[in-house]
Amino acid sequence: MTSRIFGSGIRRREDPRLITGQATYTDDIKLQHMAYAAIKRSPHAHARIRSVDTSAALSAPGVVAVYTGADTDGVLNPIPCAWVVPDSDVKTVPHPAIAKDVVRYVGDAVAVVVAESRYQAEDAIDLINVDYETLPAVVNPEAAMQDGAPQLHEDAPNNQAFHWVASGGDTDAAFSSAEVVVRETIIQQKLIPNAIEPRSAVATWLSATGELTLWSSSQNPHICRFVTFLVTGVPEHKIRVIAPEVGGGFGSKTPIYADEMIACFCSMRLGRPVKWTETRSENYQATIHGRDHVEYVELAATREGKITGLRTKVYAAMGAYLSTAATGIPTILHGLIYAGTYDIPNVKADIYGVFTTTTPVDLYRGAGRPEATFLLERLVNLLADELGLDPVEVRRRNLIPKFEDGHDVAMGITYDSGDYELTLDMALEHVNYQQLREEQARLRESNQYMGIGVTCYCEICGLGPSQVAHAVGFGAGLWESATIRFHPTGTVNIFVGTSPHGQGEETTFAQILSDELGVAVDDIEVIHGDTDTTPQGWGTYGSRTTAVGGVAVALAARKIRDKGKALAAHLLEAAEADIEYEDGKFFVRGSPDQSKTIQDIALMANLAYDMPEGMEPGLEASAFYDPPNFTYPFGTHVAVVMVDPENGHIELRSYLAVDDCGPQINPVIVAGQVHGGVVQGAGQALWEGAVYDDNGQLLTGSMMDYALPRAHMLPDIETLSTVTPSPHNPLGVKGIGETGTIASTITIYNAVLDALKPLGVTHLDMPLTSEKVWRAIHQRG
Amino acid sequence: MYAAEFDYHKASSVAEAIQMLGQYPDAKLLAGGHSLLPMLKMRLANPTALIDIGGISELKGITVNDGTVTIGALTTHQEIAASQDIQNACMVVAEAAEGIGDPQVRNRGTIGGNVVHSDPASDWPTVLTALNARFVIQGPGGITHRATRTVNASDFFKGLFETDLKENEVLTAIEVPRLNSNQLAEYAKMAHPASFYAVVGASVVITVENDRCTAASIAVGGMVPNPIRASSVESALVGQQLNAESVRAAADLVANDLSGSLMGDFYASADYRKAMAAVETRHALMHAIGLAHH
Repeated sequence: MTSRIFGSGIRRREDPRLITGQATYTDDIKLQHMAYAAIKRSPHAHARIRSVDTSAALSAPGVVAVYTGADTDGVLNPIPCAWVVPDSDVKTVPHPAIAKDVVRYVGDAVAVVVAESRYQAEDAIDLINVDYETLPAVVNPEAAMQDGAPQLHEDAPNNQAFHWVASGGDTDAAFSSAEVVVRETIIQQKLIPNAIEPRSAVATWLSATGELTLWSSSQNPHICRFVTFLVTGVPEHKIRVIAPEVGGGFGSKTPIYADEMIACFCSMRLGRPVKWTETRSENYQATIHGRDHVEYVELAATREGKITGLRTKVYAAMGAYLSTAATGIPTILHGLIYAGTYDIPNVKADIYGVFTTTTPVDLYRGAGRPEATFLLERLVNLLADELGLDPVEVRRRNLIPKFEDGHDVAMGITYDSGDYELTLDMALEHVNYQQLREEQARLRESNQYMGIGVTCYCEICGLGPSQVAHAVGFGAGLWESATIRFHPTGTVNIFVGTSPHGQGEETTFAQILSDELGVAVDDIEVIHGDTDTTPQGWGTYGSRTTAVGGVAVALAARKIRDKGKALAAHLLEAAEADIEYEDGKFFVRGSPDQSKTIQDIALMANLAYDMPEGMEPGLEASAFYDPPNFTYPFGTHVAVVMVDPENGHIELRSYLAVDDCGPQINPVIVAGQVHGGVVQGAGQALWEGAVYDDNGQLLTGSMMDYALPRAHMLPDIETLSTVTPSPHNPLGVKGIGETGTIASTITIYNAVLDALKPLGVTHLDMPLTSEKVWRAIHQRG
Repeated sequence: MYAAEFDYHKASSVAEAIQMLGQYPDAKLLAGGHSLLPMLKMRLANPTALIDIGGISELKGITVNDGTVTIGALTTHQEIAASQDIQNACMVVAEAAEGIGDPQVRNRGTIGGNVVHSDPASDWPTVLTALNARFVIQGPGGITHRATRTVNASDFFKGLFETDLKENEVLTAIEVPRLNSNQLAEYAKMAHPASFYAVVGASVVITVENDRCTAASIAVGGMVPNPIRASSVESALVGQQLNAESVRAAADLVANDLSGSLMGDFYASADYRKAMAAVETRHALMHAIGLAHH
C-alpha cells in the first residue's frame, strides 16, 4: 500500500461540530406533540411493593398518563440478557421493565409519569405514593452467597447467577508441587462509568403504519433494534433505531435498558412522541456500573521466579439483574486472558456471578480485562517481593518470546502476534529504570517515598469471530459491515454498522478509504448510527470498531477497485488484466498517461451510458467482515508516584504508556485513546468507587462525592509505540480503546505499594485515598 | 435534577429585597445560586419563592479604606481573586478565592451567598474567622433593633448551615481588616478530590515583631460545624521565635481545640481529619513564615 493518509495524525473531523455546539444529541430531538417522561425509582435497595397510588399524580397539572408495573406487565416482555455463558448454570431471572412486586436496587423503576413538560413530570413523580415493605439488602457479592443472605430471586438460590470454571493444564498439581506460592485478596471496587452525556431516549409510534422510531444514546443501534423487538414485539423491519451524537459511553451505553423500553411503551400507549432523559443522579443509580469483584488469587512459581500456575476464585457482582452482556465480562473477557504476556502452563478460573441489591453491572471500559491484568500483575510483584527479585526481572523471566503468527496459551485461545520484551525494553530505557531505582533509594534515605510500577499487559479485543461469539453464548454476531457509495461527482458516503461515539472513526475510516481508493478525506462522509440507513452491524464496544469495522471498509473499497478496473478497461479499450491501479488512478500497464481517475469511473458508473456489457450501473459495494480471531494488543506501562507519609497524599509524578496496536491509522487518535484510558484507570486506582451502605444506599450519589480524575490531578502522560501487525486481519490493526484502562490501574497501584514497601505496607484496597494510605503507614487499623 | 415549582421576584434594591422577604414568607434570596440551586434541584430545599438580588449594584464591588477592605456580598469569588486591591491589602483573601471550586463556580458564586449558607466544608468561613472579619447586615429595623448591624465572624457562624442572620435580614458586605506589613497570613486546605471542598482547612494570621510572634489568630474548619479558633495553637505561638520546631509543636496542639463533635464521612473519618488539622495548620504556618519547601 502506498500509504499517505493512513498513518497520518490528521485532526479529528468530528471535533468542529462537537466543540461549537452544532452536534445533535438525543435530548436535542424535539418532535411535534412530544410529551416528557420521568421515572419514579425505588428509594429502597430491596423491598416488596404493597401498593402504588398514582391518583394524586394523575390529577397533577400537565400530567398525561401514569403507568406502573401493572400496566407494563404482560405487555412489555422482560429486559433480556444477551450474553449467557454456556455450561455455567446461568439464571436468566426475569427483569421487568417496571417492577411490579419487588424492587431490587435503589433506582429500580416503579412507575413512569408522562406530562406536557419535564418539570410537570418531575413534580408529579413526587405525588406517587408507593407503599413498600422493606427487605434486607446485600451489597457484597461474597456475602450474598453465604447462608442466610437476603435472597433476590426465587430462581437463583444463594443469589448465584452462574458458576463458570475454565482451566488449562493441571493447576492443582502445579500448586501442590510449587516451590513458592503467593496469595492475595483483591477487591475490584464498583465503578460508575460517567459518560458526559446522560442516557436519553425519544420514542415515537405511528399506529397507522405500525412503525416505532427510537432515538437512543446507544453504542449499538442494531442490537438495540433487535432487543426492542424482543421487548415490545414490534417486528424488526418496523423499528428504526437512531443513535445521533452520543456523548461517550465507555460501555455503559451498550446495554438495552428498561428506561428506553418504557419510553417506547408510553409512546405506543399514547400515540405521541415521548422523551426521557436521565438526570445525573439517575445516571448514578440506573445506568450500569463496572467491576465489583471480590477475588482470591494465587500464583505458583519456582525459586528462580518461573511462574508455574495461576488460580483464582472470584465473586463477581451482577447487581440486581443480568444486564445485556453481564455474564460474559468476568468470564470470557476476564478468565481467558489471565496469563497475560507470560508463559504460564497451568491456569484456572473459578468464577461465581452473584446477584446483589445494587445497580446492575455490565461493560465498563476494559470490562474484565483490567481486573485480570490487575490480579496477574499484582501477584507478579508479590512474587518478586517474596523472592527478593526486581519486579522487572521476574517479568522478563516469564515473558512469551516474540511471535508473529499465533501463539496458543493454556486457556485455549490463540494470541495473534506479540513482541512483549520490545515494549518492556523501550519503556525501561525511556524512563531510565535503573536511574529511577537509584533515585528511589536516595530518597528513601531522607524518608521520602517514591514508587515505581511497571506493567506488562496483553488483552483480548476486537470482538470477534461470530463462531466464537456463538460458542461463548453471545446472542449476536460479531462481524461488521460497510457500504461504500460513490456519487456522480466522485464524493463518497460510507455507511457502517458500527456506531462510533468519540473514538474518531469518522476520521480513521475516511483515512482507510482515502488510501484504498485515492479519494480526498474531505470528499468522504462516514454515516453511522441509524438502522434505516446503515447496514446491519453490531456496534462499537470491545475495541472492535476499527479492527473489525475498519476492515469491512477496506474490503468494500477493494470491491469498488475491482469494478473500477473492469470499467476502466472498457473505457480505455484495454484488457482488464492490463489495467493497473495506483493512488486513485486506473491505467494501462506501461502507459500511465492512458488513465481514468476513480472520479471518472464514478461519473461513468452513475451516468452509465458507456458500460461494459453486463455490468450493472452505479459504483457501490458492501462488505461484511467476520474476523478469524480476536486481536491482542499489548504493551508496557510505567508509573512513578510520590507518597507523602504525613497525610497519605499520592502524587502521580509521571506516566509512560508504550503500546502496540499494530499499524496506526491515526497516531493522534491512538494517543488520545491511550490518554483517556490511562486517566480512567488512574481514576479507579486513586479516586473512584461506588460506596454503598449496608442498606444498599449509594453514598457516592453525585459528583460531589464520587471523585473523577481531572486534569490538574494528572501528570503529562507520555505515549510511545511499537508496531507488530496482527496476522489475522488485512489491515494488521488491533484495538486501542481500552488498553490504557486495562494497564494503568495496576501500574499506579503497584507504584504506590512500591513506595510504601519500606514502611511495611503490602496491601491496600482501592481507591487509594489519602486516609487509607495514612492509616496503613501509621498502622491505625 | 429538576427544582420544584417556585415564584420568582427580582429585587432592585436592598430595601426592596427586605420588603419582599417580609412579603413572601418562606422565600429565599438568590445571589449567584451556587449553594441554593443545587439544593433546589436535589429538592433538599423547596422555597415557595426566590427573590433575585443578583442585579443589586449596591451589593457589588470592593472598596479599601484606611484599615478595612469592604467586599460587597454579591462580589464573585473570581472578582475577589483578581482584585489588585485585595491582593495588596490582604493577599490571603485573593488566594483563598482562587482555590474555590472551579472557574465556573468562581465566576458565578458570590462571597455573600457562600457565607450565609455556612457550609462547614467551605473555605470562606475559616478564612474570614481567622481574619476577624465583620459582617454587615441590613434588616427592616424596628423599635427594638437598628436597621443595620455589624457582627464579628466568631458570632456570625453559628453552626452547621446556620448563621446569625435573622428573619428578613440581608447580608450586604463583609469587612476584612487590612493586614499590616508585619502580619503574615495563609490558608491551607486538604481539598476533597470530588468537590474540592475543604476536608480540613486551616487559616492563620500571625503578627511578627523582631522575629517573634506577638499575636496569632488561627481558625480551622472542614471537620467542625463552624470554624473553631485554635486558641491553644495561638497561645503557644505568641512569644515564640518562629521556626520549624516551634511551629510544629504549636500546630500539634490544635487537637486540644477540637473538642466536641468532629465530623467525618466515608471519605475521611473524624480521626483522620483531626490528625490532618495539625498538618494543615502547620502547612499554613510554614507557608506564612516562608519556610515551606513546597
